[in-house]
Amino acid sequence: MNKKISTSIKRVDAGIKTGGAARYIGDIPFDGLLYGKIVRSSRARATIKSVSVPALPEGYYYIDAKDIPSGGRNRIEMIKDDWPVFADEQVRFIGETLGLLVGPDRKELNRLRDEVQVEYEDLTPVFSIEESEALKGGPIHGEDNTYADYRLKKGDPDAAFAKAARVIEDTVRTGFQEHIYMEPQGVVARTEDDGKLGIFFSGQCPFYVRHAVSATMGVPEDQVRVQQAVTGGAFGGKEHYPDVISTPLAVAARKIGKPIGLFFDRVEDISFTPKRHPSVTRFKTALDEEGNILGMDIDVRIDAGAYESCSMVVLQRAIFSVNSVYNIPNVKIRGRAFATNNVPSDAYRGFGAPQGLFAIEAHMSHLARAIKVDELKLKQQYLLKQGDVTVTNGRIHEEVKLPEIIQRIDEMSGYSKKLKEYTPGSWKGVGVSLFNHGSGFTGNGEQEIIKGVVKMRKRADGLVDLLVSNVEMGQGLQTTFRKIAAMVLELPVDSVVYNDPNTDLVPDSGPTCASRSIAVVGYLVQEAAKKLKDRWKESDIVEVRQQYEPPEGLIPWDQANLQGDAYPSYGWGANVIEVEVDPLTYEVTTKGIWAVHDVGVAIDEKVVEGQVDGGIIQALGYGSLEKLEVKEGRFQQKTMADYTIPTTMDFPKIKSALVDNPYEYGPFGAKGAGELVFDGAAAAFADAVQMAINGDVKQIPVTPEYIMEVREDGNN
Amino acid sequence: MATINFSVNGTSHAIDTDPLRRLLDILREDLKLTGVKEGCGEGECGACSVLKNGILVNSCMIPIGTCEGTEIITPEGLRETVQGKAIIDAYGESGAVQCGFCTPGMMMATEALLRKNPSPSEGEAREALSGNLCRCTGYDMIIDGVLKAAERGKGLW
Repeated sequence: MNKKISTSIKRVDAGIKTGGAARYIGDIPFDGLLYGKIVRSSRARATIKSVSVPALPEGYYYIDAKDIPSGGRNRIEMIKDDWPVFADEQVRFIGETLGLLVGPDRKELNRLRDEVQVEYEDLTPVFSIEESEALKGGPIHGEDNTYADYRLKKGDPDAAFAKAARVIEDTVRTGFQEHIYMEPQGVVARTEDDGKLGIFFSGQCPFYVRHAVSATMGVPEDQVRVQQAVTGGAFGGKEHYPDVISTPLAVAARKIGKPIGLFFDRVEDISFTPKRHPSVTRFKTALDEEGNILGMDIDVRIDAGAYESCSMVVLQRAIFSVNSVYNIPNVKIRGRAFATNNVPSDAYRGFGAPQGLFAIEAHMSHLARAIKVDELKLKQQYLLKQGDVTVTNGRIHEEVKLPEIIQRIDEMSGYSKKLKEYTPGSWKGVGVSLFNHGSGFTGNGEQEIIKGVVKMRKRADGLVDLLVSNVEMGQGLQTTFRKIAAMVLELPVDSVVYNDPNTDLVPDSGPTCASRSIAVVGYLVQEAAKKLKDRWKESDIVEVRQQYEPPEGLIPWDQANLQGDAYPSYGWGANVIEVEVDPLTYEVTTKGIWAVHDVGVAIDEKVVEGQVDGGIIQALGYGSLEKLEVKEGRFQQKTMADYTIPTTMDFPKIKSALVDNPYEYGPFGAKGAGELVFDGAAAAFADAVQMAINGDVKQIPVTPEYIMEVREDGNN
Repeated sequence: MATINFSVNGTSHAIDTDPLRRLLDILREDLKLTGVKEGCGEGECGACSVLKNGILVNSCMIPIGTCEGTEIITPEGLRETVQGKAIIDAYGESGAVQCGFCTPGMMMATEALLRKNPSPSEGEAREALSGNLCRCTGYDMIIDGVLKAAERGKGLW
């Protein structure tokens, strides 16, 4: 452990936030601010025949696709650009943007919105993966409704299945999850004094917003200035969605010439913003006479919703995660992202990995139950080691400390002892999960797409400007980035100036997502600081620049065939969860939560522990409480009263530890942590419940209603 | 329209307004006290917590018409007091703050608890903050912050 960097300091933003002085997007005063209200589709799949806007009072405006300047495009340029700014002739989901009403009074805007008359010609919508695959109503996208259809092969799975003594089939399902960042979405657009379009927003990726707005407006990127405001949580929900609302708002601000704010209330936010992709994963596993796993045939399907956005990349991470920490010798995997007429699914902490990891952990536990062996022993038989081949025929380049992680968590939690003490079906259970998470963009994204740049500047006053586009959104980056730079430069932490990014002032070091901020950009910060230290005495003002280069020794990535090293390094972890199930109500009480992680080296132990605590509780919400049902394209839960996230009372205190494993290309040896800590808790919870009730748990969330189904199915 | 006379953080106000407007909007829009946050608008999340005559309330659920003659304390008021400073310090040292959007409300709930019970147990702290939702921290460090404030600020409440 690098004691010096890992020793916690007080977060730099703690005081200003606690006392209520930090200014979030809704707290910033803008002179003469008007408000926007989105006019939304009420149909899931229909052709728009006509839109009739009521007579607008003076000072009110209706903005739609006709207002996009010439040279601009009615497309939101995200990873894909299939999502229109304003619906184009057809609507594909309930809540899709038709137009934007703008004016000074929000009540009046609501009244006017309710008076907009839209004439539709309905088409047959699809609301599930199964309906999409059956092409109900004809394809929404392409010929087969798949945005992406990938196949991976490792070893010789056909030969493995030909030799099998037994094949076990298993289907595992995961549901939607809503982010519930505490601060709903918000963005303000205005024309600046220098004529540029100014965007102020709550979110993760200032340069994504700049790119999308410039493409919609048909202006060069440097004519759009994006300023991040203090951001009240994001979790992936503010990775791409700010592009969806800042593009129509920019069109309106340019046309009207006044600043306009678009602020969602909670019901609008839950009802119409993207969610985590639901998934269905089918396993066929070939076993020999002794119960050894010969091979797996895995089919992963995700509900990507009405537009593709980033779903193919989510699917990639899902299928790369579906063998998790296991070296299964022969595997074939198919993954498909299906178009439906649900709200588009998009980024959410983990980005496909939680679905893949839950599926394989559930399946491994079902295999152990089926062949009556100790689950952890079965898993330990297949653990990845340094040099092993991944499902993309890349390699694990680092030392895998899972044996140490497992030993540590067993000591902390008493897992093995409790496993012997509790009888399956006695309403008490203990569950375990193992998992890993690749740091940074999938495949060659970092070198081919992002090409991150960091700048650092020694100022005449002796302070140092850290110029990056990555944002503080709660995860502690304001503190950890400063620590990395300050420790290299041997300066006090408060000598490093790191403001919420403004795209005119900072280089594009890429988005704040994919567990890349510390692992990838943090390394650039460290290297830039080393350069600056070397050149410190050159002059009063010295500026250095550091650009991303891939680590040496990787197997090059072949994007067309998804082959090579998908990630240069991984975080690793294990969770143990203990539960009691009420035999009458099937309510589950969590009695203990333990976690051990390898995140390389912690840049700040308290910041990492905060990620661990928050990630695990969010994942336990995903695994137990957070049921989000869709009916005819509408979410049935749309308030914080009916979509329930964990409170202080739902789970006990978490006991966690870190295993040190410095990574050569991470700052001070650090790897990614923010998503890894989400990845295991749902599976450990489900595993504990299945021991308590002695029945296979095959889906999350594990609600009392679902437990009743499992029990009534006769211990399936 | 009605004239509402009430005090906010020790300052008297007489506001002519629709008595059905939410206290939250009066504080944020009319008085520019933006430390009070709106997380849900339906009394579920506690981000808009303030003290009304010493009682913890969700200001999104309070029509201003019910505030005649009352004394309201917001995060802006509490942070200037020794008790508020003790809570802010304890939160900072405990790692209780991440995105910070729920935190001013958490601070108000902590103050309300410590006024009634200056040395709470972990369970009592959890119960007292159960009306305030946080999506970042998993709560453990916030509870640590409450207990640390009680310990450090012994005698303040």
